[in-house]
Amino acid sequence: MHLRDSESDAQFRSEVREWLRGAVASLPEPPATEDWPGRRTFDAHWQGLLFEAGYAGINWPSEHGGRGATPTEHLIFLEESAAAKAPDVGIGFVGQMHAGPTIIAEGTEAQKSHHLRGILTGDHAWCQGFSEPGSGSDLASLRTRAFRDGDDYVISGQKIWTSHAMAADYCEMLVRTDPNELKHKGISWLIMPMNLPGIDVRPLVTVHGSTEFAELFLDEVRVPVSNLIGEENDGWRVANVTLSFERGTGFVGELLDTTSVFRDLIALARSTKRNGATVWDVDGIRHEFGILGADLDALWAFTKRNVSQGARGGMVMGSGSGFKVAFATTQHRLGDLAIRVLDRASLSLDDVDGKPTGELVHSKLHAFAISLGGGTTQIQQNIIAERVLGLPRER
Amino acid sequence: MDLQPTDDQLALIEMVTGFASDRFPIDVVRSFGEPNGFDRDRWTELAALGTFGLALSEGEGGVGLDFIDAVLVHEALGSALVPGPLLAATLSAGLVDGVLDGSVLPAIVDIPHDGPIIVEHFRSSDVLLMVDDDGVRVAPSAHAVGIDVVHSTDPTSPVSILESVPAGDLIGGPELAVAWRQRGSLLASAQLSGNSTGSTNLAVAYAKEREQFGRPIGSFQGLKHLLADSWIRTEIARSSVWAAGVMIDESDVGSVDRAVSGARLTAARAATENAKTCVQVHGGMGFTWEVDAHLFLKRAWVLETVFGSVDEAAEIVARLYAAD
Repeated sequence: MHLRDSESDAQFRSEVREWLRGAVASLPEPPATEDWPGRRTFDAHWQGLLFEAGYAGINWPSEHGGRGATPTEHLIFLEESAAAKAPDVGIGFVGQMHAGPTIIAEGTEAQKSHHLRGILTGDHAWCQGFSEPGSGSDLASLRTRAFRDGDDYVISGQKIWTSHAMAADYCEMLVRTDPNELKHKGISWLIMPMNLPGIDVRPLVTVHGSTEFAELFLDEVRVPVSNLIGEENDGWRVANVTLSFERGTGFVGELLDTTSVFRDLIALARSTKRNGATVWDVDGIRHEFGILGADLDALWAFTKRNVSQGARGGMVMGSGSGFKVAFATTQHRLGDLAIRVLDRASLSLDDVDGKPTGELVHSKLHAFAISLGGGTTQIQQNIIAERVLGLPRER
Repeated sequence: MDLQPTDDQLALIEMVTGFASDRFPIDVVRSFGEPNGFDRDRWTELAALGTFGLALSEGEGGVGLDFIDAVLVHEALGSALVPGPLLAATLSAGLVDGVLDGSVLPAIVDIPHDGPIIVEHFRSSDVLLMVDDDGVRVAPSAHAVGIDVVHSTDPTSPVSILESVPAGDLIGGPELAVAWRQRGSLLASAQLSGNSTGSTNLAVAYAKEREQFGRPIGSFQGLKHLLADSWIRTEIARSSVWAAGVMIDESDVGSVDRAVSGARLTAARAATENAKTCVQVHGGMGFTWEVDAHLFLKRAWVLETVFGSVDEAAEIVARLYAAD
């Protein structure tokens, strides 16, 4: 067992660091959070730089235009990107992390040649239409209907939690193509261009007050049958194949952000005067910082274990679920500590006193994105109990 | 970077786990707590595996592996509640004659600045190892005056209260004291991490077999979530324990002190919380002496005080983060 970089990893790290230094310095000012066209342009520009330098699709196989990097190299790239304060994947998230890998695994040659390059260059942005108002944890109960009509599917229904829908060109959709089949059977995976008639995108305001998500209202949207990925009614399996792309790096971006927030909070506690001393001088506050620091270090070690296992070609059973639950707990606890450090400065979502207080209140609210998104903490606990510990199913 | 055990390490863990279940089943563990219950023959068998000299060079009579290998072995021993002065023996093997082969039994104490001097396994020991800021000293246990506690909280970790400690012979200066505290702390945390696995396995097995309302209690979400949380705490704990173990071998990759203190925090939490969950899952039977759940909890309470408390650990992590 080792924590040191191997010789080739150290070489890769120094190349990446060198390239990032120049690339990040060349970037314009980032746009405002709610400036969707501006974000689209900014994120696409960064993705274009990555593409030219050969870092786009870093974990994608090289025969599909990716770099084919090892999981360890992927982790190094993300670490160095954070250290260089490079932009994160942004609007490219769904395309690069989910839709692209799905098309690689299950798409036809025509679908691959039509879509993969646009994702890698940043020219195409994707969103995800999986969840529905009535189908959250029980996703397989989804009801958005797709009728076959000649060479088209005609889609009607409603989707929710569609990230970046305001800026996306394509949507990866799960639709019910066979209403007579229950649950997992009868679902299909479709590529839906976002410029088609019948798509109504309505922003969904989150607890932060931002419009990161949208609802999609779909009224007889005609999608060509050639946009079907995999077989009709086999969409549930198709939606799960991307999991095999996961090599332990899935949460690294979030973990880097959280570590950075943690360090900002330490700096704030040390520089904030309270009752004749600093907030850092309060024993109870410092104790909590110690516990959270240990938890963050442990989450990093857990990540490195998972990446190590990924490099051997598998995942530790249940590690994705376990990481997510532990990470959500740490995020919530960090948010609680932020509020204690900020005290009444936490009443403002905008920065107070020229200090980054707003970011810290945001991070408290953002913790819910981890404990709710992508399968709630309670669903993850069920998965661990049944699949790892072998406890009997309730039903 | 590779933070998962290699095939050789997995084989080592399997070997120790197999030995523990064969030679230290729970009734044997319990018997170590009885008056004169320390079974020196079994201790010698444990020593003969190379347990205490894993990270010692072959020239010194050891196995010549890394410190992380000793960490993995202590995790396996902790999972089976193997009793005795495991970390005293691991730290002193090669420095104190007879410890390596199990013929000399050590007891160890980090001399407190104030308060009572309480030592595990002193009553069975041949030599007493004393750690303070100035270094490490050793003396025959007979030279120390102590009273054996009649009812030790952990029945399988019998303790004595020393009235005074002998001067003893210096076997190493301040650097050795620092190294022993760091390594001793991590070995205790490794046992805590293992302990959390052992209690979770016990609880899961019971949840599958015990039926109420006409079905196994493990089918109820209330219990599933408790047990899933136990599993997660273990994975978090072993992640930080392993990382700290590797950092002791590769001290240039980060702050070893922060890693060791962090490992104490996550491992102590995993062991105490998982053992409490184990008691809870057993229902009323968990409150009895007969069910083994309490043995995990009580051992965890002992280990979380060894070479540093959780409060000291939190303070160290906070200060080192702030200084970084």
